[in-house]
Amino acid sequence: MDNAFGQPQRVIVLGGTSDIARAITKKLVDARAHTVILAGRDVARLDQAAAEAREFGATTVATTALDAEDPASATATVARAFEAAGGSVDLVIIAVGLLGDQTADEVSPEATLRMMSVNFTWPVVALTEIRNRLLAQGSGRILVISSVGAIRVRRTAYLYGGAKAGLDRLCDGLADSLEGSGVSLQILRPGAVRTRMTEGLPEVPFTTGPNEVAEYVMTGLGGQQRVIWSPPLLKYVYFILRHLPKALWRKIMER
Amino acid sequence: MTRRQLTGWGRTMASYAEVLSPNSEEAIARALEAGPAIARGLGRSYGDPAQLSGGVVLTNRDLGGIGPIASDGSVTVGAGVSIDELLTLAIPQGWFVPVTPGTRQVTFGGAIAADVHGKNHHRDGSIGDHVTSMRIVTPIGAFDTSPSEHAELFWATIGGMGLTGVITSLTLRLIKIETDRVLVDTTRFANLDGVMAAMVEGDDRYRYSVAWVDCMTKGASMGRGILTRGDHARASDVSDAALVAPKGARLTIPVDAPSGLLNPLSIRLFNEAWFRYAPRSRQGEEQSIGSFFHPLDGVNDWNRLYGRRGFVQYQFAVADAYGDVVVRAIERLSSSGVPSFLAVLKRFGPANHGPLSFPMAGWTLALDLPVGPATLPTVLDDLDEMVLAAQGRVYLAKDARLRPDVLRSMYPRLGDFLAVKQQYDPHHRLTSDLARRLNLGGN
Ligand SMILES: Cc1cc2nc3c(=O)[nH]c(=O)nc-3n(C[C@H](O)[C@H](O)[C@H](O)COP(=O)(O)OP(=O)(O)OC[C@H]3O[C@@H](n4cnc5c(N)ncnc54)[C@H](O)[C@@H]3O)c2cc1C
Repeated sequence: MDNAFGQPQRVIVLGGTSDIARAITKKLVDARAHTVILAGRDVARLDQAAAEAREFGATTVATTALDAEDPASATATVARAFEAAGGSVDLVIIAVGLLGDQTADEVSPEATLRMMSVNFTWPVVALTEIRNRLLAQGSGRILVISSVGAIRVRRTAYLYGGAKAGLDRLCDGLADSLEGSGVSLQILRPGAVRTRMTEGLPEVPFTTGPNEVAEYVMTGLGGQQRVIWSPPLLKYVYFILRHLPKALWRKIMER
Repeated sequence: MTRRQLTGWGRTMASYAEVLSPNSEEAIARALEAGPAIARGLGRSYGDPAQLSGGVVLTNRDLGGIGPIASDGSVTVGAGVSIDELLTLAIPQGWFVPVTPGTRQVTFGGAIAADVHGKNHHRDGSIGDHVTSMRIVTPIGAFDTSPSEHAELFWATIGGMGLTGVITSLTLRLIKIETDRVLVDTTRFANLDGVMAAMVEGDDRYRYSVAWVDCMTKGASMGRGILTRGDHARASDVSDAALVAPKGARLTIPVDAPSGLLNPLSIRLFNEAWFRYAPRSRQGEEQSIGSFFHPLDGVNDWNRLYGRRGFVQYQFAVADAYGDVVVRAIERLSSSGVPSFLAVLKRFGPANHGPLSFPMAGWTLALDLPVGPATLPTVLDDLDEMVLAAQGRVYLAKDARLRPDVLRSMYPRLGDFLAVKQQYDPHHRLTSDLARRLNLGGN
């Protein structure tokens, strides 16, 4: 069960190998999580994340394979994770995502399909199964990792940003549909984060480390706000950016 | 059956359940047969013991009825009767409840499930010490229980947070009063040491004693406080002896206050005013039963002042030898900048036989804390460690955030409790959000 501070005890992390997911998992375990089920593609990194969770004090840790390029497999993956949790699940985190390589991807139909599958279709299929299971349980929360890039899609990352925009908007509607059900959904919109995904790229303003994101997530889980911004200031920055004239927007974003 | 969102008094951890109001043992038995369920009274416990997400919550309010009061004060009441309702009937006849918590708006079922204490614990023990028998519907049948009949079920239910069965009715013994007044001595102290020394020295001379401590001041006036002690006035003590039951609230908080209304500054100002308002010393002041025992009942829904995020109450008990934990707990809070309203400090007498009953001889401190400050969760985890190191414990009726393993160490007789629960609830039909959170059986 969650406690008064929104700290869960049984957690499933889909995409549990990402740097942000690992930072969040550590903090959750440090708080109250005793059971952590991690799903991911890279077996070696999955084992590392699992070892980390145990080290921080989780007593039940299990891993399961996840292939986000195959959306049809999402249902079975979610089912396996719930079974492994061995009891009512308090929080499911969807941290699956692929930044891709825009320049190469935008000319390749195969790469485009991959970007949409991983960043949109797989998460949405998974969400449907998660929703069904949590509703049957009568309780539980979902945290979906979106991106500030979903607020206004940039030319330099329109595949990633576009897919996240779809996910972000869809989650807003899904969250509304859950109102009054005992199940709820929160959307995390991090700004640029120093991770493996961004290694070697020039750093943009408001870049944070994964630990800071996790810190904001912990605070956000304690409240009922639909969207968790990281850092929180980006809420206001993006309010302005979203309304900039096109020419100015391009100029700022295409540096 | 209606689906409702439920929370405790602290208004955190909202969850949804089907709510049913059974009025017979058969109806309760049917509900227990069907699947996970938990009883609920007036929802005055702070956290999640009276709710069950995705399950069935059995409100006790249709388990009513107040029998005649015998000449020795014995009275049989339905478990859904509130202390307020009984007092309305009993005070005019010259009777008072042997124990009352800081609010009259609790049911006897809820009061027994938490084994509540009042300002007289150092002298009279908790409510369970005054109950002579209870009728309890468990998943394996209904039982008449008392300290000599099914004693293990009787005691496990006292403080058992509803997890052993649903109490339908009970008999307890009231105390005789001659007037509806309390004679109160008030003393103001500049710091915590003064308050504690006075309580150790003089509490035995009073039936009722409680101190309000300011947790927002640092340095020399750390923990300054106001000690109020008294007893029921005899007819000869007052000029206009009367026996009138307290009235309902005069004020209602209609909407949620904005989160942040209760911030370090506003709470500091409130505490300051409270402290200044109290007399340095006053003897034999006449107070009404309502204002002495239930000052907060004057305002309906005052918990809304804490805003949408709600608040938690942290209450712990430690033995006399660990009085320093009280001091260190207040220091830890005042230095971390976590705002807290006036804290309540009391002395406890010996524990009773209830394996999950909270009171134990020594000190108890209760703190109201708004949810919000990012450091609050860890500050409270630190307090748990201090309390645990002192072999003390935290009160389940107030808890909303304990760790299951910490609870196990705090209540060494938890194993006895779980054994009784297993016997009367072999298929884990009785559970609650609290039970799930703290691993007290059920899923
Ligand atoms: C302002 C205020 C002041 C307080 N002061 C004190 C104090 O001084 N001392 C103190 O000890 N407590 C105090 N409390 C706490 C309160 O007395 C307890 O939480 C009490 O249990 C609340 O009773 P309730 O009827 O509201 O029960 P609920 O909060 O609805 O339920 C509490 C527990 O009782 C169980 N329960 C309810 N009915 C039954 C039944 N028929 N059979 C079996 N189990 C049942 C529930 O399952 C649950 O576990 C205070 C609370 C408030 C809000």
